[in-house]
Amino acid sequence: MFFADRADHGPLQDGLAPEARIIAAIGFVGVVAFTPPRWAAAFAVYTLVVVGAVGALGVSPTAILRRLTVLGPFLVLALLLPVIGTGDRMSVLGVALSVDGLWSGWGIAAKGTIGTVISAALAGTTPTARILLGLQRLRVPALMITIAALMIRYVGLIGDDMARMRTAMIMRGHDPRWIWQLRPLARSAGASFVRSFERGERVHAAMLARGFTGSMPELGDRRAGWRDWFLASIGPMLAAAGLAIGWYVEAWS
Amino acid sequence: MVSAGLAASAVTIAMRRLRHTATERLAPIAGVTGAFVFAAQMINFPIAAGTSGHLIGGALAAILLGRSLGLIVATVVVVSQALVFADGGLTAIGINVINLAVVPTLGGYTVFSLVRRVLPASKSGVVAATGLASGASVVLGAMAFSLEWLFGATAPVPFDTVFGAMVGVHLLIGVGEGIVSALVVSSVLAARPDLVAGARDLSRSQLRGPVRVPLRALVMSGVLIAVTLAGVASQFASSAPDGLERVVVDEGLAPTAAASASSLGSGLFAGYATRGVDNAGLSLAVAGVSGVVLIMLVGWGLLSATLGGRAAPSRRVLR
Repeated sequence: MFFADRADHGPLQDGLAPEARIIAAIGFVGVVAFTPPRWAAAFAVYTLVVVGAVGALGVSPTAILRRLTVLGPFLVLALLLPVIGTGDRMSVLGVALSVDGLWSGWGIAAKGTIGTVISAALAGTTPTARILLGLQRLRVPALMITIAALMIRYVGLIGDDMARMRTAMIMRGHDPRWIWQLRPLARSAGASFVRSFERGERVHAAMLARGFTGSMPELGDRRAGWRDWFLASIGPMLAAAGLAIGWYVEAWS
Repeated sequence: MVSAGLAASAVTIAMRRLRHTATERLAPIAGVTGAFVFAAQMINFPIAAGTSGHLIGGALAAILLGRSLGLIVATVVVVSQALVFADGGLTAIGINVINLAVVPTLGGYTVFSLVRRVLPASKSGVVAATGLASGASVVLGAMAFSLEWLFGATAPVPFDTVFGAMVGVHLLIGVGEGIVSALVVSSVLAARPDLVAGARDLSRSQLRGPVRVPLRALVMSGVLIAVTLAGVASQFASSAPDGLERVVVDEGLAPTAAASASSLGSGLFAGYATRGVDNAGLSLAVAGVSGVVLIMLVGWGLLSATLGGRAAPSRRVLR
């Protein structure tokens, strides 16, 4: 499921080199992360930019909604903050809630949502190999790139292996939904580790046979030029403009 | 951003330490075992019908692969989850790397080495140390989160509340993480003991024989570690005066303010010196310790349920 090539065409996606995309995403999210939650106007601008970017990139909304489910625990925290927070209280629908808690809960929810949508847009429009290529060009160490590449290559395989062992457990009368089934589950995980390690040894031998010298060869892909960096700077620039608007509205209201 | 810098420097140090070993041989193996850690995180382990938790696996990675490589693998797992699988978002990537990779691997490995020094040099010793270290690593991650909360978050929740809630919940999660990690290492030791980096120092004769960890001793030492953690932690928590937290909140200190963080640090220790021996501190420690005892009782119940069997209590062993 992880390796199916994602859609990688369209006016913006063909043009932009992967390293520029990564910097654009991190730059935008960085500006958002530094925004005080009370600068509501800034968040309105961010929302417009995010919606516009998602529309322009043609990321499917259902894919993004699916990614957003990881936000669950953070949203629980965001909902708890107004209740357990201290300081001034205000009445919302008859419940006394902490004002500061409301603001910071809103901040966590808004920033978390924006960060998740942006990373879903990046992952949804850029094939994994190109994200790794971009990271390599951004001077992430070769060791980490190799680890990441092989990890992504084999995680589905090993996950399937674990699922098969789970099926086998059920066929033998286990019921791995209960805590007293932890021991067979953990043992199958241990077996899976040994298999993974031995697979790693075989993969390494195969790579050596093909001339591996310690880093992955770079794919024949275009490097980012000035046009890429210009396009990539649009998102963070808009975010900076939003930040300025938010500050202005907050300061003069 | 400060946390991203911290995470990056921890990874850089780990890379430098690895430079002396054969990294090009390690890289593919680390990659595939990284896939194992990733897959193990996706598989949910049951807690009770309906609810389930999953491994964090940081301490387990450090014990199986060694401290530096374990740290790098755990970091790659967390970063890929954010960048490639869009699982976890970009906003908190630095914090996530610290809490889920750096602190569990380094902290867990430290606990592992300390416990190994006390326990006999045998397979059973390694398994018991794995259990305790993995459990502690989860709690250490929770403590790191609470400290970041104190310095970075703008939320007006008292430090004690965050600390108590996070550490309390994670003590329980830690019991599960510890049991699963110990069982995983135990079964790897049975099949390929040479693959466990944390057991490299054992000779062949020390690796022979079955793993026998007396349940009672394991629970006792777990209680000991938890009580120590809780005692220290509650002293620390009580030493952060409420006024200080108000300052953090009122000033709206973003994680950018490194200077203010350091001044906060000195204020914290000043508070520690004056208030640490206070009655309030003592009562908090008692509360913390009794909470731990309660959780350990629950954990003991879980452990005996997991290990099952109808043997007399004295014969129950973790195989």
